Amino acid sequence: MSEKVRAKVKDLLDSGRIKGFLGLRQADGHLGPHLFTDGRELDALAVGDLKRPGDTRYPLNKQLLTLMRCDPDDSFGVLVRGCDERGLKTLITWNQVDPAKVVAVGIACPPELAAACECLKPYPDEFVDGGKVEGSTFASVATVDALDLHSRLTHWLHEFSKCVKCYGCRDICPMCFCKECSLEQEDLIHTGDLPPENPIFHLTRAVHMAGRCIDCGLCNEACPADIPLRTLYKKVAEIIAQEFDYRPGYVEPGEKPPLNILGEAPEH
Amino acid sequence: MDYRTVLTTCAYCGCGCSLYLEVLDGRVIHTFPCKTGPVNEGKLCVKGWNIHEFIHSPKRLTRPLLRQNGTLVEVSWDEALDFTARRLREIKEAHGSDSLAFLSSAKITNEENYLIQKFARAAVGTNNVDHCARL
Ligand code: SF4
Ligand code: SF4
Ligand code: SF4
Repeated sequence: MSEKVRAKVKDLLDSGRIKGFLGLRQADGHLGPHLFTDGRELDALAVGDLKRPGDTRYPLNKQLLTLMRCDPDDSFGVLVRGCDERGLKTLITWNQVDPAKVVAVGIACPPELAAACECLKPYPDEFVDGGKVEGSTFASVATVDALDLHSRLTHWLHEFSKCVKCYGCRDICPMCFCKECSLEQEDLIHTGDLPPENPIFHLTRAVHMAGRCIDCGLCNEACPADIPLRTLYKKVAEIIAQEFDYRPGYVEPGEKPPLNILGEAPEH
Repeated sequence: MDYRTVLTTCAYCGCGCSLYLEVLDGRVIHTFPCKTGPVNEGKLCVKGWNIHEFIHSPKRLTRPLLRQNGTLVEVSWDEALDFTARRLREIKEAHGSDSLAFLSSAKITNEENYLIQKFARAAVGTNNVDHCARL
Protein backbone atom coordinates (compact mmCIF):
# COMPACT_ATOMS: atom_id res chain seq x y z
CA MET A 1 0.00 0.00 0.00
CA SER A 2 1.15 3.46 -0.90
CA GLU A 3 2.63 5.46 1.97
CA LYS A 4 2.24 8.60 -0.12
CA VAL A 5 -1.51 8.14 -0.41
CA ARG A 6 -1.77 7.41 3.29
CA ALA A 7 0.21 10.50 4.24
CA LYS A 8 -1.88 12.69 1.96
CA VAL A 9 -5.17 11.37 3.35
CA LYS A 10 -3.93 11.68 6.92
CA ASP A 11 -3.08 15.28 6.29
CA LEU A 12 -6.50 16.01 4.79
CA LEU A 13 -8.30 14.37 7.69
CA ASP A 14 -6.13 15.78 10.47
CA SER A 15 -6.33 19.32 9.11
CA GLY A 16 -10.12 19.10 8.93
CA ARG A 17 -10.07 19.85 5.20
CA ILE A 18 -12.33 16.85 4.63
CA LYS A 19 -14.85 15.14 6.85
CA GLY A 20 -14.17 11.70 5.46
CA PHE A 21 -12.19 9.89 2.79
CA LEU A 22 -13.74 7.32 0.51
CA GLY A 23 -11.14 4.73 -0.24
CA LEU A 24 -10.58 1.02 0.06
CA ARG A 25 -9.92 -0.88 3.23
CA GLN A 26 -8.32 -4.23 3.81
CA ALA A 27 -10.23 -5.99 6.57
CA ASP A 28 -11.59 -9.46 7.36
CA GLY A 29 -9.56 -10.95 4.53
CA HIS A 30 -11.32 -8.77 1.97
CA LEU A 31 -10.69 -5.49 0.30
CA GLY A 32 -13.66 -3.19 -0.09
CA PRO A 33 -14.96 0.37 -0.01
CA HIS A 34 -14.79 2.31 3.24
CA LEU A 35 -15.30 5.84 4.50
CA PHE A 36 -12.28 6.78 6.62
CA THR A 37 -13.09 9.50 9.14
CA ASP A 38 -10.17 9.14 11.52
CA GLY A 39 -6.48 9.50 10.61
CA ARG A 40 -5.70 6.71 13.05
CA GLU A 41 -7.52 4.02 11.05
CA LEU A 42 -5.48 4.60 7.90
CA ASP A 43 -3.24 1.54 8.44
CA ALA A 44 -5.92 -0.47 6.66
CA LEU A 45 -6.17 1.93 3.70
CA ALA A 46 -5.65 0.21 0.34
CA VAL A 47 -5.74 1.37 -3.26
CA GLY A 48 -7.27 -1.72 -4.87
CA ASP A 49 -4.31 -3.85 -5.92
CA LEU A 50 -4.82 -7.09 -4.05
CA LYS A 51 -3.31 -9.78 -6.27
CA ARG A 52 -2.99 -7.78 -9.46
CA PRO A 53 -3.01 -4.01 -10.01
CA GLY A 54 -6.56 -2.68 -9.98
CA ASP A 55 -8.21 -6.06 -9.34
CA THR A 56 -10.34 -4.68 -6.51
CA ARG A 57 -11.72 -1.40 -7.81
CA TYR A 58 -15.12 -0.16 -6.64
CA PRO A 59 -17.40 2.65 -7.84
CA LEU A 60 -16.30 5.08 -5.13
CA ASN A 61 -17.80 8.03 -7.01
CA LYS A 62 -21.19 6.38 -6.75
CA GLN A 63 -20.80 6.28 -2.98
CA LEU A 64 -19.56 9.85 -3.04
CA LEU A 65 -22.86 10.90 -4.67
CA THR A 66 -24.76 9.26 -1.83
CA LEU A 67 -22.63 11.02 0.78
CA MET A 68 -22.90 14.42 -0.88
CA ARG A 69 -26.66 14.18 -1.24
CA CYS A 70 -27.00 13.33 2.43
CA ASP A 71 -24.44 15.83 3.69
CA PRO A 72 -24.15 18.66 1.14
CA ASP A 73 -22.36 21.05 3.51
CA ASP A 74 -19.29 18.97 4.25
CA SER A 75 -16.33 18.13 2.02
CA PHE A 76 -15.16 14.62 1.27
CA GLY A 77 -12.05 13.11 -0.19
CA VAL A 78 -12.06 10.28 -2.69
CA LEU A 79 -9.43 7.97 -4.14
CA VAL A 80 -9.21 8.41 -7.92
CA ARG A 81 -7.50 6.67 -10.78
CA GLY A 82 -7.64 8.18 -14.25
CA CYS A 83 -11.08 6.77 -14.94
CA ASP A 84 -12.48 7.93 -11.58
CA GLU A 85 -11.23 11.43 -12.28
CA ARG A 86 -12.95 11.32 -15.67
CA GLY A 87 -16.04 10.28 -13.74
CA LEU A 88 -15.75 13.17 -11.29
CA LYS A 89 -15.35 15.68 -14.10
CA THR A 90 -18.37 14.29 -15.89
CA LEU A 91 -20.46 14.21 -12.72
CA ILE A 92 -19.58 17.88 -12.22
CA THR A 93 -20.69 18.58 -15.80
CA TRP A 94 -23.99 16.87 -15.07
CA ASN A 95 -24.42 18.94 -11.87
CA GLN A 96 -24.26 15.87 -9.65
CA VAL A 97 -21.13 16.87 -7.74
CA ASP A 98 -20.16 20.22 -6.25
CA PRO A 99 -16.44 20.57 -7.12
CA ALA A 100 -15.85 22.78 -4.09
CA LYS A 101 -16.77 19.90 -1.79
CA VAL A 102 -14.54 17.18 -3.22
CA VAL A 103 -10.85 16.57 -2.79
CA ALA A 104 -9.53 13.91 -5.15
CA VAL A 105 -6.42 11.97 -4.17
CA GLY A 106 -5.01 10.55 -7.37
CA ILE A 107 -2.95 7.51 -8.22
CA ALA A 108 -1.57 6.62 -11.64
CA CYS A 109 -2.06 3.10 -12.96
CA PRO A 110 0.82 0.76 -13.82
CA PRO A 111 1.45 -0.41 -17.42
CA GLU A 112 -0.19 -3.84 -17.12
CA LEU A 113 -3.45 -2.36 -15.85
CA ALA A 114 -3.39 0.41 -18.45
CA ALA A 115 -2.92 -2.21 -21.16
CA ALA A 116 -5.65 -4.49 -19.82
CA CYS A 117 -8.05 -1.53 -19.68
CA GLU A 118 -6.99 -0.20 -23.10
CA CYS A 119 -7.04 3.10 -21.28
CA LEU A 120 -6.49 6.36 -23.18
CA LYS A 121 -5.24 8.17 -20.08
CA PRO A 122 -4.30 5.84 -17.22
CA TYR A 123 -3.58 8.65 -14.77
CA PRO A 124 -5.45 11.60 -13.28
CA ASP A 125 -4.27 15.18 -13.93
CA GLU A 126 -2.65 15.20 -10.51
CA PHE A 127 -1.50 12.14 -8.60
CA VAL A 128 0.46 11.43 -5.47
CA ASP A 129 1.74 8.01 -6.44
CA GLY A 130 2.57 5.94 -9.52
CA GLY A 131 3.99 7.14 -12.80
CA LYS A 132 2.59 8.34 -16.09
CA VAL A 133 2.08 5.51 -18.55
CA GLU A 134 1.25 6.20 -22.20
CA GLY A 135 -2.37 5.55 -23.09
CA SER A 136 -3.27 2.83 -25.56
CA THR A 137 -5.82 2.52 -28.36
CA PHE A 138 -8.98 0.42 -28.27
CA ALA A 139 -7.61 -2.85 -29.68
CA SER A 140 -10.74 -4.79 -28.69
CA VAL A 141 -12.88 -2.41 -30.77
CA ALA A 142 -10.55 -2.79 -33.75
CA THR A 143 -10.85 -6.58 -33.52
CA VAL A 144 -14.63 -6.50 -33.70
CA ASP A 145 -14.60 -3.76 -36.37
CA ALA A 146 -12.43 -6.02 -38.53
CA LEU A 147 -15.32 -8.49 -38.86
CA ASP A 148 -17.74 -8.06 -41.75
CA LEU A 149 -21.15 -6.63 -40.91
CA HIS A 150 -22.91 -9.97 -40.70
CA SER A 151 -20.28 -11.55 -38.43
CA ARG A 152 -20.26 -8.46 -36.25
CA LEU A 153 -24.02 -8.66 -35.80
CA THR A 154 -23.81 -12.38 -35.05
CA HIS A 155 -21.02 -11.71 -32.55
CA TRP A 156 -23.01 -9.14 -30.60
CA LEU A 157 -26.32 -11.01 -30.75
CA HIS A 158 -24.52 -14.05 -29.38
CA GLU A 159 -22.90 -12.04 -26.58
CA PHE A 160 -26.17 -10.31 -25.64
CA SER A 161 -28.01 -13.64 -25.63
CA LYS A 162 -25.99 -14.63 -22.55
CA CYS A 163 -27.50 -11.79 -20.48
CA VAL A 164 -29.29 -12.85 -17.30
CA LYS A 165 -30.73 -9.34 -16.81
CA CYS A 166 -29.22 -8.79 -13.40
CA TYR A 167 -28.92 -5.04 -14.05
CA GLY A 168 -25.45 -5.29 -12.51
CA CYS A 169 -23.96 -3.24 -15.36
CA ARG A 170 -26.27 -0.39 -14.38
CA ASP A 171 -26.10 -0.83 -10.63
CA ILE A 172 -22.29 -0.80 -10.48
CA CYS A 173 -21.91 2.08 -12.94
CA PRO A 174 -20.59 5.26 -11.29
CA MET A 175 -22.18 7.29 -14.09
CA CYS A 176 -25.68 5.86 -13.62
CA PHE A 177 -27.40 8.44 -11.48
CA CYS A 178 -30.77 8.93 -13.21
CA LYS A 179 -33.82 8.79 -10.97
CA GLU A 180 -35.78 7.03 -13.72
CA CYS A 181 -33.78 4.43 -15.60
CA SER A 182 -34.17 3.97 -19.37
CA LEU A 183 -33.92 0.22 -18.84
CA GLU A 184 -37.17 0.34 -16.87
CA GLN A 185 -39.15 2.34 -19.43
CA GLU A 186 -41.88 0.33 -21.09
CA ASP A 187 -41.75 2.77 -24.05
CA LEU A 188 -38.16 1.75 -24.80
CA ILE A 189 -38.01 -1.95 -23.96
CA HIS A 190 -40.36 -4.68 -22.84
CA THR A 191 -39.31 -4.46 -19.25
CA GLY A 192 -40.87 -7.75 -18.16
CA ASP A 193 -39.06 -9.93 -20.72
CA LEU A 194 -36.56 -12.55 -19.60
CA PRO A 195 -34.16 -13.00 -21.32
CA PRO A 196 -34.19 -9.32 -22.19
CA GLU A 197 -35.04 -8.15 -25.68
CA ASN A 198 -31.98 -8.72 -27.82
CA PRO A 199 -30.36 -6.38 -28.83
CA ILE A 200 -32.73 -3.62 -27.64
CA PHE A 201 -31.85 -3.93 -23.93
CA HIS A 202 -28.10 -3.59 -24.48
CA LEU A 203 -28.28 -1.02 -27.23
CA THR A 204 -30.64 1.13 -25.15
CA ARG A 205 -28.04 1.21 -22.42
CA ALA A 206 -25.17 1.74 -24.86
CA VAL A 207 -26.90 4.73 -26.45
CA HIS A 208 -27.93 6.12 -23.09
CA MET A 209 -24.32 6.01 -21.89
CA ALA A 210 -23.06 7.82 -24.99
CA GLY A 211 -21.35 11.02 -23.87
CA ARG A 212 -21.49 9.83 -20.28
CA CYS A 213 -19.53 6.56 -19.99
CA ILE A 214 -16.00 7.30 -18.82
CA ASP A 215 -14.64 3.84 -19.67
CA CYS A 216 -13.87 2.50 -16.21
CA GLY A 217 -14.81 -1.07 -17.11
CA LEU A 218 -16.60 -1.78 -13.82
CA CYS A 219 -19.74 -2.93 -15.70
CA ASN A 220 -17.72 -5.50 -17.61
CA GLU A 221 -16.18 -6.79 -14.39
CA ALA A 222 -19.61 -7.08 -12.72
CA CYS A 223 -21.26 -8.93 -15.61
CA PRO A 224 -21.87 -12.54 -14.56
CA ALA A 225 -22.26 -13.48 -18.24
CA ASP A 226 -18.87 -12.04 -19.25
CA ILE A 227 -20.40 -9.94 -22.00
CA PRO A 228 -17.69 -7.58 -23.33
CA LEU A 229 -19.71 -4.50 -22.42
CA ARG A 230 -16.64 -2.34 -22.19
CA THR A 231 -15.83 -2.99 -25.84
CA LEU A 232 -19.38 -2.02 -26.78
CA TYR A 233 -19.24 1.25 -24.84
CA LYS A 234 -15.75 1.98 -26.16
CA LYS A 235 -17.18 1.67 -29.66
CA VAL A 236 -19.97 4.11 -28.77
CA ALA A 237 -17.34 6.47 -27.32
CA GLU A 238 -15.39 6.26 -30.61
CA ILE A 239 -18.47 7.26 -32.56
CA ILE A 240 -19.18 10.20 -30.25
CA ALA A 241 -15.53 11.30 -30.49
CA GLN A 242 -15.55 11.06 -34.29
CA GLU A 243 -18.87 12.76 -34.85
CA PHE A 244 -18.78 15.38 -32.14
CA ASP A 245 -15.15 15.62 -31.10
CA TYR A 246 -16.18 14.97 -27.50
CA ARG A 247 -14.92 12.47 -24.94
CA PRO A 248 -16.60 12.52 -21.52
CA GLY A 249 -14.07 13.07 -18.76
CA TYR A 250 -11.33 14.16 -21.16
CA VAL A 251 -12.88 17.61 -21.53
CA GLU A 252 -13.00 20.15 -18.75
CA PRO A 253 -15.99 19.97 -16.39
CA GLY A 254 -18.86 22.08 -17.64
CA GLU A 255 -18.40 21.35 -21.36
CA LYS A 256 -21.81 20.03 -22.29
CA PRO A 257 -22.10 16.56 -23.83
CA PRO A 258 -23.17 16.70 -27.50
CA LEU A 259 -26.39 14.75 -27.03
CA ASN A 260 -27.59 17.45 -24.63
CA ILE A 261 -27.29 20.17 -27.23
CA LEU A 262 -29.78 20.80 -29.99
CA GLY A 263 -27.66 22.06 -32.86
CA GLU A 264 -27.01 21.57 -36.56
CA ALA A 265 -27.08 18.03 -37.88
CA PRO A 266 -23.64 16.50 -38.51
CA GLU A 267 -22.56 16.50 -42.17
CA HIS A 268 -23.07 12.84 -42.94
CA MET B 1 -24.14 11.21 9.64
CA ASP B 2 -23.09 7.61 10.12
CA TYR B 3 -22.02 5.96 6.87
CA ARG B 4 -20.53 2.51 6.57
CA THR B 5 -20.13 -0.39 4.19
CA VAL B 6 -20.76 -3.71 5.87
CA LEU B 7 -19.46 -7.00 4.53
CA THR B 8 -21.98 -9.83 4.66
CA THR B 9 -23.33 -12.85 2.80
CA CYS B 10 -26.36 -12.82 0.53
CA ALA B 11 -29.32 -14.48 2.21
CA TYR B 12 -31.38 -15.17 -0.91
CA CYS B 13 -30.06 -18.60 -1.86
CA GLY B 14 -27.52 -21.18 -0.84
CA CYS B 15 -24.68 -19.95 -3.11
CA GLY B 16 -23.34 -17.62 -0.44
CA CYS B 17 -22.24 -14.62 -2.49
CA SER B 18 -20.30 -11.98 -0.56
CA LEU B 19 -21.54 -8.43 -0.71
CA TYR B 20 -21.17 -5.05 0.91
CA LEU B 21 -24.24 -3.31 2.24
CA GLU B 22 -24.14 0.48 2.18
CA VAL B 23 -25.63 1.68 5.47
CA LEU B 24 -26.56 5.31 6.04
CA ASP B 25 -27.74 6.33 9.50
CA GLY B 26 -28.85 2.79 10.28
CA ARG B 27 -30.73 2.28 7.01
CA VAL B 28 -29.43 -0.19 4.45
CA ILE B 29 -29.62 1.68 1.15
CA HIS B 30 -27.55 -0.12 -1.48
CA THR B 31 -25.60 -3.28 -2.29
CA PHE B 32 -22.23 -3.84 -3.97
CA PRO B 33 -20.88 -7.27 -4.87
CA CYS B 34 -17.64 -8.10 -3.08
CA LYS B 35 -14.78 -8.42 -5.56
CA THR B 36 -12.80 -10.66 -3.25
CA GLY B 37 -15.73 -12.99 -2.53
CA PRO B 38 -14.49 -16.43 -3.63
CA VAL B 39 -17.96 -17.54 -4.73
CA ASN B 40 -19.11 -14.56 -6.77
CA GLU B 41 -15.91 -12.64 -7.60
CA GLY B 42 -17.60 -9.24 -7.81
CA LYS B 43 -20.83 -10.36 -9.45
CA LEU B 44 -24.41 -10.83 -8.23
CA CYS B 45 -27.77 -11.90 -9.63
CA VAL B 46 -30.73 -9.55 -9.70
CA LYS B 47 -31.91 -10.73 -6.29
CA GLY B 48 -28.54 -10.17 -4.61
CA TRP B 49 -28.25 -6.71 -6.13
CA ASN B 50 -31.56 -5.75 -4.49
CA ILE B 51 -31.17 -7.49 -1.16
CA HIS B 52 -31.13 -4.17 0.72
CA GLU B 53 -34.76 -3.67 -0.27
CA PHE B 54 -36.36 -6.37 1.85
CA ILE B 55 -34.59 -5.43 5.06
CA HIS B 56 -36.76 -2.38 5.73
CA SER B 57 -39.81 -3.59 3.82
CA PRO B 58 -43.06 -2.88 5.69
CA LYS B 59 -44.33 -6.19 4.31
CA ARG B 60 -41.74 -8.11 6.28
CA LEU B 61 -42.96 -10.34 9.13
CA THR B 62 -41.04 -9.41 12.24
CA ARG B 63 -43.40 -10.83 14.91
CA PRO B 64 -45.44 -14.06 15.04
CA LEU B 65 -49.03 -13.68 13.85
CA LEU B 66 -51.82 -16.13 14.73
CA ARG B 67 -55.12 -16.30 12.89
CA GLN B 68 -57.87 -15.90 15.45
CA ASN B 69 -61.47 -15.90 14.20
CA GLY B 70 -60.26 -15.21 10.68
CA THR B 71 -57.98 -12.29 11.53
CA LEU B 72 -54.23 -12.27 12.00
CA VAL B 73 -53.34 -11.19 15.52
CA GLU B 74 -49.87 -10.45 16.88
CA VAL B 75 -48.92 -12.92 19.61
CA SER B 76 -45.82 -13.71 21.69
CA TRP B 77 -43.27 -16.29 20.51
CA ASP B 78 -44.27 -18.61 23.39
CA GLU B 79 -47.91 -18.49 22.40
CA ALA B 80 -47.10 -19.08 18.74
CA LEU B 81 -44.79 -22.01 19.49
CA ASP B 82 -47.22 -23.60 21.96
CA PHE B 83 -50.00 -23.36 19.40
CA THR B 84 -47.84 -24.82 16.62
CA ALA B 85 -46.61 -27.71 18.77
CA ARG B 86 -50.16 -28.54 19.89
CA ARG B 87 -51.56 -28.52 16.34
CA LEU B 88 -48.67 -30.58 14.96
CA ARG B 89 -49.24 -33.18 17.66
CA GLU B 90 -53.02 -33.23 17.06
CA ILE B 91 -52.61 -33.66 13.29
CA LYS B 92 -49.98 -36.37 13.72
CA GLU B 93 -52.18 -38.30 16.17
CA ALA B 94 -55.31 -37.98 14.03
CA HIS B 95 -53.80 -38.60 10.55
CA GLY B 96 -50.29 -40.07 11.03
CA SER B 97 -46.79 -38.61 10.62
CA ASP B 98 -46.89 -38.55 6.82
CA SER B 99 -49.81 -36.16 6.85
CA LEU B 100 -47.23 -33.49 7.74
CA ALA B 101 -44.50 -31.95 5.58
CA PHE B 102 -41.66 -29.54 6.30
CA LEU B 103 -40.27 -26.90 3.97
CA SER B 104 -36.80 -25.63 4.75
CA SER B 105 -35.24 -22.50 3.34
CA ALA B 106 -32.25 -21.10 1.50
CA LYS B 107 -32.50 -18.02 3.68
CA ILE B 108 -31.47 -19.90 6.83
CA THR B 109 -28.14 -21.45 7.72
CA ASN B 110 -26.91 -24.93 6.93
CA GLU B 111 -27.22 -25.84 10.60
CA GLU B 112 -30.83 -24.60 10.79
CA ASN B 113 -31.64 -26.66 7.70
CA TYR B 114 -30.10 -29.66 9.41
CA LEU B 115 -32.28 -29.03 12.46
CA ILE B 116 -35.52 -28.85 10.47
CA GLN B 117 -34.92 -32.21 8.78
CA LYS B 118 -33.89 -33.70 12.11
CA PHE B 119 -37.09 -32.41 13.65
CA ALA B 120 -39.17 -33.82 10.76
CA ARG B 121 -37.54 -37.25 10.89
CA ALA B 122 -36.79 -37.75 14.58
CA ALA B 123 -39.52 -35.77 16.33
CA VAL B 124 -42.41 -36.07 13.87
CA GLY B 125 -41.40 -39.24 12.02
CA THR B 126 -41.73 -38.26 8.37
CA ASN B 127 -39.39 -37.98 5.39
CA ASN B 128 -41.57 -35.24 3.91
CA VAL B 129 -38.85 -32.58 3.84
CA ASP B 130 -38.32 -30.24 0.91
CA HIS B 131 -37.00 -26.87 -0.08
CA CYS B 132 -39.06 -23.68 -0.05
CA ALA B 133 -38.33 -23.20 -3.76
CA ARG B 134 -40.82 -26.04 -4.40
CA LEU B 135 -43.62 -24.34 -2.49
S1 SF4 C 1 -9.46 2.65 -16.91
FE1 SF4 C 1 -7.44 3.60 -16.91
S2 SF4 C 1 -7.38 4.80 -15.08
FE2 SF4 C 1 -9.06 3.32 -14.83
S3 SF4 C 1 -8.16 1.55 -13.81
FE3 SF4 C 1 -7.99 1.19 -16.00
S4 SF4 C 1 -5.96 1.98 -16.53
FE4 SF4 C 1 -6.48 2.83 -14.56
S1 SF4 D 1 -17.39 1.53 -18.35
FE1 SF4 D 1 -19.35 0.69 -17.69
S2 SF4 D 1 -19.46 1.11 -15.49
FE2 SF4 D 1 -17.84 2.43 -16.33
S3 SF4 D 1 -18.88 4.37 -16.84
FE3 SF4 D 1 -18.93 3.11 -18.69
S4 SF4 D 1 -20.90 2.08 -18.60
FE4 SF4 D 1 -20.48 2.82 -16.53
S1 SF4 E 1 -24.38 -7.20 -16.05
FE1 SF4 E 1 -24.34 -8.60 -17.84
S2 SF4 E 1 -25.90 -10.15 -17.39
FE2 SF4 E 1 -26.28 -8.42 -15.99
S3 SF4 E 1 -27.82 -7.15 -17.07
FE3 SF4 E 1 -25.79 -6.33 -17.56
S4 SF4 E 1 -25.23 -7.35 -19.47
FE4 SF4 E 1 -26.90 -8.55 -18.59
